[in-house]
Amino acid sequence: MSFTIADLKIGEKGIIAECASIDIPNKLIQMGCLPGNQVELLHYAPFSDPIFVNINGSYLAIRKETAALISIEKSYE
Amino acid sequence: MSKEIKVSLVGNPNTGKTSIFNSLTGLNQKIGNYPGVTVDKKEGIYYSQNGTKVKILDLPGIYSLNATSADEHIVVKLLTNSENKDFPDLAVIISDIENLKRNLFLFTQVKDLKIPCLLVINMIDVMEKKGVSLNIPVLEKKLNTKIALVSTRKNIGVVELKRLIENYKDFSKKKTIDINSIDSTYFKNLKKLYPDEEIYKLWVLINQIEFFNEPKNSKIDLSRLEIKSDHDMKRLQQKEAIKRYQFINDVLKQGLKIDSSKAKDFRNKLDKILTHRIWGYTIFFALLLLIFQAIYDWATVPMDFIDSAFASLAEWIKTTFPAGGKVTALIAEGLISGIGGVVIFIPQIAFLFLFISILEETGYMSRVVFLMDRIMRRFGVSGKSVVPLISGTACAIPAIMATRNIENWKERLITILVTPFMTCSARLPVYLIIIALVIPDGKLFGLSYQALALMLLYLIGLIMAIFSAFLLDKIIRSKRKKFFVIEMPNYRLPLFKNVFITVIEKTKIFVFEAGKIILSISIILWVMASYGPDENFDNAEIIITEQFESLSSQELDDKVSAHKLENSFIGIIGKSIEPVIKPLGYDWKIGIALVTSFAAREVFIGTLATIYSVGSTQEDENIETIKQKMLNERRSDGTKVFTIATGISLLIFYAFAMQCMSTLAIVKRETKSWKWPLLQLLFMTIIAYISALVCYQVLS
Repeated sequence: MSFTIADLKIGEKGIIAECASIDIPNKLIQMGCLPGNQVELLHYAPFSDPIFVNINGSYLAIRKETAALISIEKSYE
Repeated sequence: MSKEIKVSLVGNPNTGKTSIFNSLTGLNQKIGNYPGVTVDKKEGIYYSQNGTKVKILDLPGIYSLNATSADEHIVVKLLTNSENKDFPDLAVIISDIENLKRNLFLFTQVKDLKIPCLLVINMIDVMEKKGVSLNIPVLEKKLNTKIALVSTRKNIGVVELKRLIENYKDFSKKKTIDINSIDSTYFKNLKKLYPDEEIYKLWVLINQIEFFNEPKNSKIDLSRLEIKSDHDMKRLQQKEAIKRYQFINDVLKQGLKIDSSKAKDFRNKLDKILTHRIWGYTIFFALLLLIFQAIYDWATVPMDFIDSAFASLAEWIKTTFPAGGKVTALIAEGLISGIGGVVIFIPQIAFLFLFISILEETGYMSRVVFLMDRIMRRFGVSGKSVVPLISGTACAIPAIMATRNIENWKERLITILVTPFMTCSARLPVYLIIIALVIPDGKLFGLSYQALALMLLYLIGLIMAIFSAFLLDKIIRSKRKKFFVIEMPNYRLPLFKNVFITVIEKTKIFVFEAGKIILSISIILWVMASYGPDENFDNAEIIITEQFESLSSQELDDKVSAHKLENSFIGIIGKSIEPVIKPLGYDWKIGIALVTSFAAREVFIGTLATIYSVGSTQEDENIETIKQKMLNERRSDGTKVFTIATGISLLIFYAFAMQCMSTLAIVKRETKSWKWPLLQLLFMTIIAYISALVCYQVLS
């Protein structure tokens, strides 16, 4: 069972493993949402959606449905 | 040397691109249109020391050349077409120190179009605080460019930037990555088709095909280019992105050092509070109250001043120029009050944009979007529609202008279309007088019926707006997929200069673009109210004097005005729509008031005052007199006109009807076509009519 960004808890980090889904916005890919780059969950909005993440150095808010499309390897520090 | 230099500013949103534009050109800028789209074109000029004219085009902010919105497409279209008259001699790519990696992505893309590129690294004043150090010679060498270090906040580096721009001829056109390596067969085929074209340019164009109305880009026939399946295109785009980030990481390995221990977590702390599930909303609503107070209350001071200034100007003209002349009347009553009707909105617009631009500049606006997205998503819009909708409670005009922040066209259109349902301040006087007339005194749980009625009206407006948004989301089709990715920029103190320029710019747009339409309609309405087709109008004085010989001259004047209005063109229209509005419980007098209040809702009361010949002296007593007159109005069968059924029917009609030409004018400006304002007018009127009809028929 693979993890996605939507499974991260506040403060947790991961390395992006795959983001090939056709439904992932191009904008996200070009900002560096690519395999090998780091992602960190910073906050949830109220009702835990959207989520506030740092992907490849960019501070972004994305919806949970998008986050669930990006699978990651959790990193434990 | 007098050739002008054409420069395009390209960059990610939130990099301070506009600040740099403002620093380079000052107030020497103008806003135009790109043909066929609703995007504003911002141009400015400055002259170099040796007199060369430098023309700067501030392009919409983009993250990459794979455009997803009309704004972004403008940039791609310009940069891929060297025959366009605005095609730049030099592209100035704006980046900021904190997001250098991501900003460089766009830099490499533009550079690969073989356009000379200058890299600006903005916000260098915070470099030390963030623990960042740059090796400029290495970066310049690896990126094959010149770099300008700038801080618009501290006014550093602008002179050097100008010097570099003037030497645009020295810039290299060398590419950064080899696009062929991502799929050599595919790109070989492309090259065969157009041997003379730059291969990367073809690739960028292919990614944009859905945006071109006609698949022609001067020399290139896009329909001949091979397009792969969505999935394959995505794979190639991803490969390109990986390739670029490899290049960028390699460049930055030697050129950029970040000492992360220095990076403060101030932003993190602030975010914890501002997006908190209780504090976040509390702070947001407190801010809303402040904005509301400003446009609803503080703005009335300058508005009253403008109102009286224009009234005395009109009075002065009437007394100074030949009395009774048609030209004098046209100038005093038609033109001056028409211009006054435009100028009166300036305080509200200025206040709203003062707040909005401060919220944007500080980075807080993204947090509002973040907070509200979940709630708004259900209704087919996103968190970005919240501020326009709420501002609509004061006045729909600045609110509709504030929809600019919504990038997705469909979402923006929906917001524009539903905002006029929100209860604006011009509805208030109409509501107050009718509520006072028909809603009985009395209390429910300590709240008066009248206050409850007013609250219900606000609620009905809100529900209607949200419900229509929900419906429009289902009805309007959009080729483009909606997605939600917003940047949460770092918090900054707002720059006064940027705030100031935004306020000036928005006010100018309203006065000069919407103002033209408002002025024309108000003059037409004035002419229709001041002239009539037959002697019934022309001989009003004689007819009335004969009829009521015993009256005082003041009362006579009032009767004459009433008679004139009744027999003017507008009066005749009001009378002729009586059969249509009768089922709603209105008589022809209300009909006339409905027609005239199309200029602005609050005119309703003034018109009724004239028709009931109340006269125009002493405003406070006036309202009471109108109320008395309205109470005593009888139909031909002797029953009261303003029964509870008629009153509620009128309230509902005003809640839903698009009775505001200024809003129509601004919708025309913002959607760049008459199609949407006219549809809006039609549908809102139909909704208003049917709801009022149902109310009247059920209640009476």
